[in-house]
Amino acid sequence: MDTHHLTRMANQIGSFFEAMPDRQEALAGISQHIKRFWEPRMRRELQQYLQHGDGAELSGIVLEALQADDDWKV
Amino acid sequence: MDLNTIHDTDFGTPARVSERMVTLEIDGQQVTVPEGTSLMRAAAEAGTMVPKLCATDSLEPFGSCRLCLVEIEGRRGFPASCTTPAEAGMVVRTQSDKLQSLRKGVMELYISDHPLDCLTCSANGDCELQDMAGVTGLREVRYGLAGENHLDSPKDESNPYFSYDPSKCIVCNRCVRACEETQGTFALTISGRGFDSRVSPGQSEAFMESECVSCGACVDACPTATLQEKSVIQFGQPEHSKITTCAYCGVGCGFKAEMKGNQVVRMTPWKDGKANEGHACVKGRFAWGYATHPDRITKPMIRSKITDPWREVSWEEAIAYAASEFKRLQAKYGKDSIGGITSSRCTNEETYLVQKLIRAGFGNNNVDTCARVCHSPTGYGLGQTYGTSAGTQTFKSIEHSDVILVIGANPTDAHPVFGSRMKKRLREGAKLIVIDPRKIDLINSPHIKADYHLPLKPGTNVAMITALAHVIVTEGLLADDFIAERCEEKSFHDWKDFVAKPENSPEATAEITGVPAEQVRGAARLYATGGNAAIYYGLGVTEHSQGSTMVIGIANLAMATGNIGREGVGVNPLRGQNNVQGSCDMGSFPHELPGYRHISDTTTRQLFEQAWGVELDPEPGLRIPNMFDAALAGSFMGLYCEGEDIVQSDPNTQHVTAALSAMECIVVQDIFLNETAKYAHVFLPGSSFLEKDGTFTNAERRISRVRQVMKPLAKYADWEVTQLLANALGLKMDYTHPSQIMDEIARLTPSFAGVSYEKIDKHGSVQWPCNDDAPDGTQTMHIDGFVRGKGKFFVTQYIASDEKVNRRFPLILTTGRILSQYNVGAQTRRTANSMWHPEDVLEIHPHDAEERGIKDGDSVAVTSRAGETVLHAKVSERMQPGVVYTTFHFPESGANVITTDNSDWATNCPEYKVTAVQVLPVTQPSEWQQSYQRFNQTQLELLEQAGEGKA
Ligand code: SF4
Ligand code: SF4
Ligand code: SF4
Ligand code: FES
Repeated sequence: MDTHHLTRMANQIGSFFEAMPDRQEALAGISQHIKRFWEPRMRRELQQYLQHGDGAELSGIVLEALQADDDWKV
Repeated sequence: MDLNTIHDTDFGTPARVSERMVTLEIDGQQVTVPEGTSLMRAAAEAGTMVPKLCATDSLEPFGSCRLCLVEIEGRRGFPASCTTPAEAGMVVRTQSDKLQSLRKGVMELYISDHPLDCLTCSANGDCELQDMAGVTGLREVRYGLAGENHLDSPKDESNPYFSYDPSKCIVCNRCVRACEETQGTFALTISGRGFDSRVSPGQSEAFMESECVSCGACVDACPTATLQEKSVIQFGQPEHSKITTCAYCGVGCGFKAEMKGNQVVRMTPWKDGKANEGHACVKGRFAWGYATHPDRITKPMIRSKITDPWREVSWEEAIAYAASEFKRLQAKYGKDSIGGITSSRCTNEETYLVQKLIRAGFGNNNVDTCARVCHSPTGYGLGQTYGTSAGTQTFKSIEHSDVILVIGANPTDAHPVFGSRMKKRLREGAKLIVIDPRKIDLINSPHIKADYHLPLKPGTNVAMITALAHVIVTEGLLADDFIAERCEEKSFHDWKDFVAKPENSPEATAEITGVPAEQVRGAARLYATGGNAAIYYGLGVTEHSQGSTMVIGIANLAMATGNIGREGVGVNPLRGQNNVQGSCDMGSFPHELPGYRHISDTTTRQLFEQAWGVELDPEPGLRIPNMFDAALAGSFMGLYCEGEDIVQSDPNTQHVTAALSAMECIVVQDIFLNETAKYAHVFLPGSSFLEKDGTFTNAERRISRVRQVMKPLAKYADWEVTQLLANALGLKMDYTHPSQIMDEIARLTPSFAGVSYEKIDKHGSVQWPCNDDAPDGTQTMHIDGFVRGKGKFFVTQYIASDEKVNRRFPLILTTGRILSQYNVGAQTRRTANSMWHPEDVLEIHPHDAEERGIKDGDSVAVTSRAGETVLHAKVSERMQPGVVYTTFHFPESGANVITTDNSDWATNCPEYKVTAVQVLPVTQPSEWQQSYQRFNQTQLELLEQAGEGKA
């Protein structure tokens, strides 16, 4: 699937949670949202992107959230 | 409740509600009625029908015909029973020689100016004038028909659905009152005086030229053949009827399908229907002819490539072919390479079966529904904050509202019958706030003027809702007790600190929203302090990149002001299609099972696994836009699409058609060869709402019955087709009636546990949750606590859409609907409703038009980053400068060629409401339109060849 599209969606999710004052809650919100609503092939693609790319397309908070938690991975 | 009578009892005047009861005597019989009840109604409740002409129980009494006179002991004269309230201890006589002779005299006058063509009159068998002549014992007419009369008055046949024959008018004023009280349009007047007085639309215009919106309320109210449905004139009076539910919008009006054998003669709104209380709109009442339109496809068809001609085949062959293709694709590309789409136009039972087929038969969760593109953010937003995805009130609740806040909705066009109920409350004095980029009709309609209209720039909803919250928090307008008792404390404090920031003030956000701060402050104060305040919102809230954030913002606002959990308040999504609520309830979303339970929840999954005898995949499936992306990436190859037209309704048409073209097997089940079917390999004929049994759930969570009034034209109802496909795929289903499907739903879904066809038949309809805690259903949600326990606030940071205007695309396009057409128009375009809206046009502000040299009616190209289409321009001040508007009811107008695949962050609901465009005059259709015309032509030819193959 189009990786660029997926990173854009992830960043959109990130910007909702980023406004939360509680950083831990925001980070968990991001990775849990992806786990609960993204079909595995989308998550797999994102996972591969993280493994092989530099993550530059992802915003800081999304990158942090995805690295802090393994639960969303397939 | 008698569901099958043709003629309802007419009690003459509306029922009154009062704690105080009065007892009186009518014709020697004791009667007890609520205070305020008319003598006429009291008599009717005791079984005595007082003669009447100008009164009917849907309207306030008027007292003009003088037929309903009665005698009251101790009072002089003969008061009209329709306008005289019952009082305790009254002794009333409805029959005496004197009364009989007075009534006869009245009738004589009426009849002397009435054509005596009763035998050939279309109302014969349903005419109150005729009935009254009989009741009063009229035997001769002394004044003669040769005197002055109106017998030659010309008919007005301009409306496609009803005719107006003034020669038969008795000037009872019922139509005028119906248009005012029931519909709220005020299109009719009585012009002229005395003998010359006649009903006329507007300034003696024809109906079609007047303000009339063809709701039919006047036709319903007319006691004679003066206003008469053309279908009754054509077919004659019906002989039996069945109660069913409208298949158009989310209001879910109850209807009586009045029949003659298998022929629908007319649809009349059901008086006891709780969603509509006897009212209807031009779609539900009149636009049902599509159901038997010659374009209906009634034979299954298959083809291996979309460039091949269709081949008509037997049901067995079509089902076997579809099943073998799905199996082939799964063997070749994997279990997850296929999926399906359920429809909000299908019944709950049908939707439930499709998701069951996909989860249990396909073995994955790749099921989604058209709510993805309309109200999926409602599901997410209300789920997060309150714990369940549904409107909190009944429609009737609006009668208790003091402030009505309408956001991104256009109820008079998109939810007309509820719009009429809202207008009634506004005429009674409730205050109105409208947040919408467009000047919708409601803002300035007869006897209604919005207290605040905040015409924000499209895409800035979240900045607006946060600014409203800012005012409420910083001006001390919070409902502190409610918050302390009912909401999560930490979330509240986080939210409060956030909205109080200076950058969220109306002054700071005025630049973003384009709305002056004072207006925003005024609206916030009114909402917070004006009494019971209710929010009604539509797709102008959800169809944005921040749709879910906005729904959350709305939910926050209602909690912060304590406007939740009782009558007159609440948060109410106005649902688009008739069964959007139901299709979501039934587990159509890829991540949740029926009743909004996440697929990863082991306990719930096990419940279904046990009932269905299969193992379920615990991972969420693909949503519609993800399916398209996966198709283009080569991992999603087959689709079962029931009753949806994704090609026309989903954004960025060229992306959608590219995705469909990449798939190897598309199975479409529909009543017409819709745009999606033109890309399909298997066509399974569907059935209309008249052809099946089932239930629909409306925007108030009201589950109402759909009843079969004719056999399916293509042999099977949609649920039967799904069952055939399931069995062919090895998932055994053997339902013999949809009621068994509902029983299964009730067994597996706690909020539906008490629902059954029996209960719905008994009560007329039932609102979920319906279970042991609420055996008769639930009118108002979250009364003592939220479904999730405590209500949860979320911070709502405004983030500008990626669709930004620039020099190349300087205007914002937003989309919407109009009254006469419905959604993709597949049904309404095949009816006379197209007389009101023959094409989609582009509304543009005079200033923007002039700058570009565009005149009303010119062809203009609308170009976005996604594509280009050509429409006719309509120069209109309804739009603000910089914003243009269109509808998407016609495939050839290609509104969705221009919309982009930007979407809501949480749910991927497309951002239909914001597209940056340029608009310029042109002389020919766009390239897309030209290629669409060629493609469409070819597909219609391939369809024509379908019947030819078999001999
Ligand atoms: S059809 Fe409806 S809007 Fe038109 S005149 Fe009759 S009541 Fe009024
Ligand atoms: S048109 Fe019908 S309802 Fe209206 S005044 Fe005449 S008779 Fe009465
Ligand atoms: S308001 Fe909606 S449900 Fe009611 S008749 Fe019109 S289209 Fe049907
Ligand atoms: S019915 Fe009472 S005055 Fe006409």
